[in-house]
Amino acid sequence: MSNLLAWDADRAQARIRELEHLPGALLPILHALQEEFGYIDAAATSMIANALNLSHAEVHGVVSFYHDFRHSAPGRHLLRICRAESCQSMGCESLVQHVEKRLGVKLGETTPDQSLTIEQVFCLGNCALSPAVMLDGEPYGKVSPSVADFLIDSARRQQ
Amino acid sequence: MSVKVYVPRDSAALSVGAEGVARAIASEASSRGLDITLVRNGSRGMFWLEPLVEVETAHGRIAYGPVSREAVAGLFDGGFFEGKAHALCLGPTEEIAYLKQQERLTFARCGIVNPLSIDDYIAHGGYRGLAQALTLEPLAIVDTIQASGLRGRGGAGFPTGIKWNTVLHVKADQNYICCNADEGDSGTYADRMIMEGDPFVVIEGMTIAAIAVAATQGYIYSRSEYPHAFRTMQRAIAIAYEHGYLGANVAGSGKRFDLDVRLGAGAYICGEETSMLESLEGRRGQIRPKPPLPAIEGLFGKPTVVNNLITLASVPIIMDKGAEYYRDFGMGKSRGTLTIQLAGNIKHGGLVEKAFGITLRDAIYSFGGGTATGRPLRAVQVGGPLGAYFPESLLDTPLDYEAFAARKGMLGHGGVVVFDDTVDLAKQARFAMEFCAIESCGKCTPCRIGSTRGVEVIDRIIANENRTENLELLDDLCELMTDGSLCALGGLIPLPVMSAVRHFPEDFDKPAPAPPAVIDAAALKSNRETHPWR
Repeated sequence: MSNLLAWDADRAQARIRELEHLPGALLPILHALQEEFGYIDAAATSMIANALNLSHAEVHGVVSFYHDFRHSAPGRHLLRICRAESCQSMGCESLVQHVEKRLGVKLGETTPDQSLTIEQVFCLGNCALSPAVMLDGEPYGKVSPSVADFLIDSARRQQ
Repeated sequence: MSVKVYVPRDSAALSVGAEGVARAIASEASSRGLDITLVRNGSRGMFWLEPLVEVETAHGRIAYGPVSREAVAGLFDGGFFEGKAHALCLGPTEEIAYLKQQERLTFARCGIVNPLSIDDYIAHGGYRGLAQALTLEPLAIVDTIQASGLRGRGGAGFPTGIKWNTVLHVKADQNYICCNADEGDSGTYADRMIMEGDPFVVIEGMTIAAIAVAATQGYIYSRSEYPHAFRTMQRAIAIAYEHGYLGANVAGSGKRFDLDVRLGAGAYICGEETSMLESLEGRRGQIRPKPPLPAIEGLFGKPTVVNNLITLASVPIIMDKGAEYYRDFGMGKSRGTLTIQLAGNIKHGGLVEKAFGITLRDAIYSFGGGTATGRPLRAVQVGGPLGAYFPESLLDTPLDYEAFAARKGMLGHGGVVVFDDTVDLAKQARFAMEFCAIESCGKCTPCRIGSTRGVEVIDRIIANENRTENLELLDDLCELMTDGSLCALGGLIPLPVMSAVRHFPEDFDKPAPAPPAVIDAAALKSNRETHPWR
């Protein structure tokens, strides 16, 4: 997560060009851009629309349909907390409250120092070790509030 | 001689420190001058024992777990290389009761082989099913699948052979195979385990399907929440190409089959087959009305087999060992094995592959060992967010499609989420409606609007506003959503909602709660003390 690039139209165009030949290329392109920049910049919409011969509205419609795609840059690190039933049965709601209180931000928000974004997710497929979270793409199971604190602190210490 | 040591690379094992354990074992071995081969296998599916480390000895594989990084030096001191006794030693892996009592057909190799070694795959029976399929006419392959009684493991339970037969008989210039690995149900992880632990079985199953219905292109649609599974699947596909098991000349047969893996983007609805096709085509994951069936007009308007990953992963063993071998497992119209995934508040959570027909009670107690908290079990949700909440009195229901349907429940993808007596079923019913509102694709009104109205009605019931009238209204709304929704999301969300009302009426009859208190540190501390698993 921490190696995200600032929005760069040339770089985005290059990634679009790499993938535009695929059948059903839109989702692979959006994933590539989000992997690069952490979000889908508004300027990308018309670039993608031109490349795939779609309308601006069609591309915007897809970007806004899927929960994954962000409209602004996230923090340097990303913590996704599972709130689905299995994790509920092991107290994920109090984990969410604990994390929100500690960071002073709500799910979907970024800490003021831009170090960490927290998001909700419905199921990480780690349901035998609930509650589960994912930090920068790495899974963690049986996450107590103190484990969450440890993860948050070590992530925020890194640049 | 080099000793083989197995440390899983499965996400769940990684989530409790398998990576650190693997590194510690490598460095400990090198500092002691010991020659080891570290194999990063999939998981055996006994997650409470992860990280589960195995050592290959003259007496077979010996298991140790759960192993922490800190315990590694002590294991070496205790003679773990020779498979000697140790506090963490579990004995021969195959003798562990949890595994020994299972019937692992689809998961025969998971946790045993190196998932990225095609040689290992072949040495453990891989690609025998394909070899058999290549000797048969397409119709004979379809007949074998039909005779095996295999039904869709995604949840709908539709006979796989009938689906394949439909595609086989539609005339078109291009057919497709789509593997639905958008495993979004809470409490399920079987697809993920296979992708991370035995990815070639998916490739082989899809290849057999492709040969049966004359498809030349396949797609696996997985989830962004499964980054490790995605990377393993991508690498396995590349390896299969290198070894001639994918591409222009599959296993020297002269037949072409190309395969790609794609990622969803956090939309639960894309597990519904027509939404998945829309998403693969690069559109909003909105469902398509049926007909036309995807088997007739599917991906890019062409005939398409859409099967769940576990369905496709069960195909190779059926082709290899024959339809009868598979059909002899199971009960009634549910043939073969079910991959039960024990989840939530459960002591021994993990994957249990058993012939259809074991009871929910057996799964939860004989395998799962009861709740993790040690408190009494109060509710079980089987089949994901669209499955019913069952009370303790329904635990003797056999795990079988028809038996669950008869009790207004659903087996779904086999996820079993256990709740202890702290659960509030009114809250769970509210969550079901809220989840439906968040995940509705918006195509049909009963689901799009009904789910939001559902949250509001349940809020009024909880707040004790005209409770009787609002419960009637909820019943009415659920009936409308069941009958009027275009797909299973709006159509089945009434199952968890109304099962909660039916089986746990006391939770809808409590005094209205006080406004939520601000959580403070002292409360959290006492929460940790009363819930020792934290």
